[in-house]
Amino acid sequence: MDLRALYEEVILDHNRNPRNYPKKPEGCNCTAHGHNPLCGDEVQVHLRVEDGVIKDIGFEGQGCAISTASASLMTEALKGKSEAEAAALFEALHDLLTDENAEQSDAITDRLGKLTVLGGVKEYPMRVKCATLAWHTLAAALEHSKNLVTTE
Amino acid sequence: MSAASRAAGQPGRNLYDVHEVRKDFPILHQEVNGHPLVYLDNGATSQKPQCVIDTVRHYYEHDNANVHRGVHTLSERATNDYEGARDTVQRFINATDRGEVILTGGTTDGINLIAQSYGRPLLKAGDEIIISTMEHHSNIVPWQMLAGQTGAEVKVIPVNDDGELDMDAYMQMLGPKTRIVSVVHVSNALGTVNPVKAIIDAAHGVGAVAVIDGAQAAPHLAIDVQALDCDFYAFSGHKVFGPTGIGVLYGKRALLEDMDAYQGGGDMIRTVSFEGTTYNDLPYKFEAGTPNIAGAIGLGAALNYVTNLGLEAIAAHEHAVLEAATSALSEIPGLRLIGTARDKSSIVSFVMEGVHPHDIGTVIDSEGVAIRTGHHCAMPLMKRYGVAATARASFALYNTREEVEALAHAIRKVKEVFHR
Repeated sequence: MDLRALYEEVILDHNRNPRNYPKKPEGCNCTAHGHNPLCGDEVQVHLRVEDGVIKDIGFEGQGCAISTASASLMTEALKGKSEAEAAALFEALHDLLTDENAEQSDAITDRLGKLTVLGGVKEYPMRVKCATLAWHTLAAALEHSKNLVTTE
Repeated sequence: MSAASRAAGQPGRNLYDVHEVRKDFPILHQEVNGHPLVYLDNGATSQKPQCVIDTVRHYYEHDNANVHRGVHTLSERATNDYEGARDTVQRFINATDRGEVILTGGTTDGINLIAQSYGRPLLKAGDEIIISTMEHHSNIVPWQMLAGQTGAEVKVIPVNDDGELDMDAYMQMLGPKTRIVSVVHVSNALGTVNPVKAIIDAAHGVGAVAVIDGAQAAPHLAIDVQALDCDFYAFSGHKVFGPTGIGVLYGKRALLEDMDAYQGGGDMIRTVSFEGTTYNDLPYKFEAGTPNIAGAIGLGAALNYVTNLGLEAIAAHEHAVLEAATSALSEIPGLRLIGTARDKSSIVSFVMEGVHPHDIGTVIDSEGVAIRTGHHCAMPLMKRYGVAATARASFALYNTREEVEALAHAIRKVKEVFHR
């Protein structure tokens, strides 16, 4: 196991200095609360969505390096994206982490861009939920659901 | 010959040779991620000595049959072995009679049994159940459920910054409405050894019964239910080197006899008719259905192993390992111990500045060191210390000072990864 592949410099940087954190954008109209009961990690994702486009996004909460970095990278990647593009990115990330559609890995990497650094998590199945917590929470927020989501 | 029987053959010898003891545990001799396994997650579950593995295997290979029924030879052997395990448990906890030893699925099962069979018919609205801040969820939720069913109230003994119970607050809480006091003997998240004798005596002073969660105590401390004078004592087999899915609930005979049965089924009855059913004697009244026979027999072997090694010798050995761990970890800058009670057993819980416990766990696993990270099923306690989770190293009779060094080395690796 290569720890450096898991804890890439980009991940450590986003863990130390999370972007759009702690932040609730002005005019926020979508929020969801995510919780990983396994480790107690919690995240709140806040968005301002106008005409199906994510105009602004931020997050709050506490988590491990993987979940914090994933949330931070997510907020950077999604600003200005449409809801459909956000859903497609989550799907691509899911494929990357679970090795589904592995034959299309180049295409997935192209779509994910900087988010590809999260790929090291694939070797640590116990940690995949850390990397996807913020994204599950995002999906719930976009459904305008105020319900608590969990990774279980 | 196991290290335990070798040690037993040397009367007066106080300590054992831990490297000899380790030979009894086959699982310990493997590499994980290219490093020798350092298993420090004994608070979650303990490893099994060869004698336990052999006993369970022998049972299935030679003696497997249902118990308490049938006149054939195998059934008789299985029954003798199963009941022999109960006798072993009785001696291990010094119960007055074997009818007071109920074999359960584990500590959780035992506590739920007490809540539902003792508590539910007895408690009324306004009655009080006292637990503590450092309880495992298994000694919180069954009481909350009981409170919901009866209108009773759950009150919580606070803990101080070191992780010790506030005994003055406890004494203040006790009163004529107190019906049940249920506290943990050794905290799974902090390692604190609670003054259970004083807690039990005070509960009796107001006419309440005292329940002790001994899940973390059984592998480390000699348990004497008569000396403690506890009303109920629950522990799990798998934390004391036995199989999973088997546990023990001790209860005083007078209480158990007055209690309702917990589950209905075979084995727990004397006669059944559609007009009515009479229940079996203790302990069978509380053992409905075919029990975990292999688990019980394995637990008996495990308790014999522990007894042969000697709980005094185990406690002395583990104390030395705990001291070494506390001192080694205290020297690491940015590391904070959670739980610094004067009386502790076998657990060091800690957090590190700027590194989440989950990441600590992953990095040190890459060095072959297994610890637990998370809330340890004690979320209210985590809240008390303002953390979401901790990293916890928990020691058993087979851990060594060299393993403490491996832990400290692995923690330094965490710092390398996160502060590079």
